[in-house]
Amino acid sequence: MRKSSVRVLALILGLLMVLPAAGFAAEPVKPRVAIVFDVGGLGDQSFNDAAYVGLMRLKDELGYDVGYVESRTPSDYEPNLTMLAREGYDVIWGIGFLLEDAIRKVAIQYPETKFGIIDSAYSDEEYATSLQNVLGVLFKEHEGSFLMGVLAAETTKTNTVGFIGGIQIPPIERFEAGFKAGVWSVDPNITIITNYTGAFDDPAKGKAATDSMIRRKADVVFHAAGGTGLGMIESAEEQGVWAIGVDSDQHHVAPNTVLNSMIKWVDVGVYEGTLMMLEPDFKAHTMVLGLAEAGVGLAPAESNNASPEATAKALEWAEKIAAGEFVVPEFPSEVSKAVTQK
Amino acid sequence: MTTNKKWWQPLAIPIIAIILGLLIGAVLMLLTGANPIAGYAALLRGSFGSAIDFSETLIYINPLIFTGLSIAVAYSAGLFNIGAEGQIIVGMLASAYAGYAFAGLPRLLHIPITLLFGMGAGALWAAVPGYLKAKFGVHEVVNSIMMNYIALHLSHYLVTGPLQDPKTTLPYSPDIAPTARLWRFLSPFGDHFRVNTGIFIAILAAILVYWLLYKTTTGYEIRAVGFNADSARYAGMDTSSAMAKAMLISGSLAGLAGAVQVMGVQFKFLDLFGFEGFGFDGIAVALVAKNNPFGILASGFLFGTLHRGSQTMQAMAGVPKETIGIVQAVIIFIVAMEGLVQGWIPGLEKITSLFKKKEADV
Repeated sequence: MRKSSVRVLALILGLLMVLPAAGFAAEPVKPRVAIVFDVGGLGDQSFNDAAYVGLMRLKDELGYDVGYVESRTPSDYEPNLTMLAREGYDVIWGIGFLLEDAIRKVAIQYPETKFGIIDSAYSDEEYATSLQNVLGVLFKEHEGSFLMGVLAAETTKTNTVGFIGGIQIPPIERFEAGFKAGVWSVDPNITIITNYTGAFDDPAKGKAATDSMIRRKADVVFHAAGGTGLGMIESAEEQGVWAIGVDSDQHHVAPNTVLNSMIKWVDVGVYEGTLMMLEPDFKAHTMVLGLAEAGVGLAPAESNNASPEATAKALEWAEKIAAGEFVVPEFPSEVSKAVTQK
Repeated sequence: MTTNKKWWQPLAIPIIAIILGLLIGAVLMLLTGANPIAGYAALLRGSFGSAIDFSETLIYINPLIFTGLSIAVAYSAGLFNIGAEGQIIVGMLASAYAGYAFAGLPRLLHIPITLLFGMGAGALWAAVPGYLKAKFGVHEVVNSIMMNYIALHLSHYLVTGPLQDPKTTLPYSPDIAPTARLWRFLSPFGDHFRVNTGIFIAILAAILVYWLLYKTTTGYEIRAVGFNADSARYAGMDTSSAMAKAMLISGSLAGLAGAVQVMGVQFKFLDLFGFEGFGFDGIAVALVAKNNPFGILASGFLFGTLHRGSQTMQAMAGVPKETIGIVQAVIIFIVAMEGLVQGWIPGLEKITSLFKKKEADV
């Protein structure tokens, strides 16, 4: 009996000794870029996956050495950033404003490493002092969402549309504000049903919320809810109403149901931002990407199911907004004002 | 019977489960095009490779010990506390609140008060399903699951409203006062050492739970009810009260997990986009340890290491984090169907039959 227990122990010890023997012989010739995802994680076919596309472009087009980690809990952000910095990555991205605090802490500890964050920004004072190695990237989601509002209003037959949000926080409210302003710019009498599901990773909830909207006669629904929104698209497909995708081009999710997608070019942000940070004379700042910078916009023509008239109208607005002739409201509370001004 | 047991015998199944789990993980890595040796090397290096790595691994282990103990206490009374997840959330909320709202208290007072807030909130959250079970026999699983969702959505509301840090529009609470923070005893070596006295609180909790369950009358009653509620009642025990006590202790342990997470690691409540999983993982921790408080220290160590490993393997070796989820699942699976597995593995049967022979001899 003793013997067999010794044997088991020996086996475990043997395993433990063999495993670390594998070498780590990567020579850092090319720049090394890594991403820390928030708890939403990969596979949302939306925001996080778009960031991943940007990372893959750096790898495929420029031959960069890339890596990533998906955080499991909010306590993971800091150690994950630290871990990648210690692994010797040159540029490390935090995807999502949830990482704002963690990046602030880790960027100070690793001043030689560059840190980028999507959907968040720091003050100019911080950029000038403690965070000289940080790039903030913000998108004007309200501008892109405005165009979706125009498309939705031009498409609805029931004069009722719906908006599904993940969690009610300012970055998501920008989608709501833009969408509402867009809808009401076409027709202020259209009813907009709003629902914040409280989750970004729960398709079942998205589906339930959409079912209820459709019962209340909504025939075009738009979401800013990550994975939760996949449930919205599923519900819309089952019941034959239009769905509008978000962040990535979601046309492929349901080709006959997705009217268009409010594309947030997170991949462009990651790609261009990385190149920017690798410049020797990089200065910490916030990069804001709106319609004028082609950071947000409509899905490509082959993914567009909206009528030519609706599309033309949306494009007309896009030009106006890009030229600065019209300012889209950022907060839902400002929306009614914006419409009356028009 | 127990006198004849070798010390390692209860370890046999968990160890086999771990080895099989890791082997299946290796096969998965091969199938998905990753290198299992590099993967597991990243797990070991990322968990134990340096002082800072080990410090982070302890951070992962810490809440799992509490939730493992929480599940074990409830299970001793025959109750299945699926609600640890929600109890952690309210524990985090309450201690985050006590941490900043009572700023100005001396450290010696502030830390225990903040811990008690977390424990109290957890206990309160567990009291609802506990009361319904003890009073009306409503199944605690259903109720504690529902309480999880109430906790999650309550936290969304609070952290975007009353508890939100006024300096920001983002969903988190203000930093807790320095007097409410647990001591990061390695911080003299660098700010990034987050390991804190919470790990000692966890070890202390394991000792206390052992003492409670096996050395006190209350513990005896709890275990008697768990073993057979009818005979416990026949023996004159107040089964409702024993169940309620077990549930309250279970809830306060889960609440403590949340409190330590706030007071030692996060220093604030950060909005959750979903459940963190410490409560659910606690079920696995307790299961693998067979509800033994000291076993929970060991299985908490294992699952915490795997949790940390899922991150380091992804960062260092490109192994999807789900791989470790599958490894965990295999371990749980094998431990859960112990009887079946013993039949599968010829060596094990021999070992157990040897035991039986010896028992017969004696």
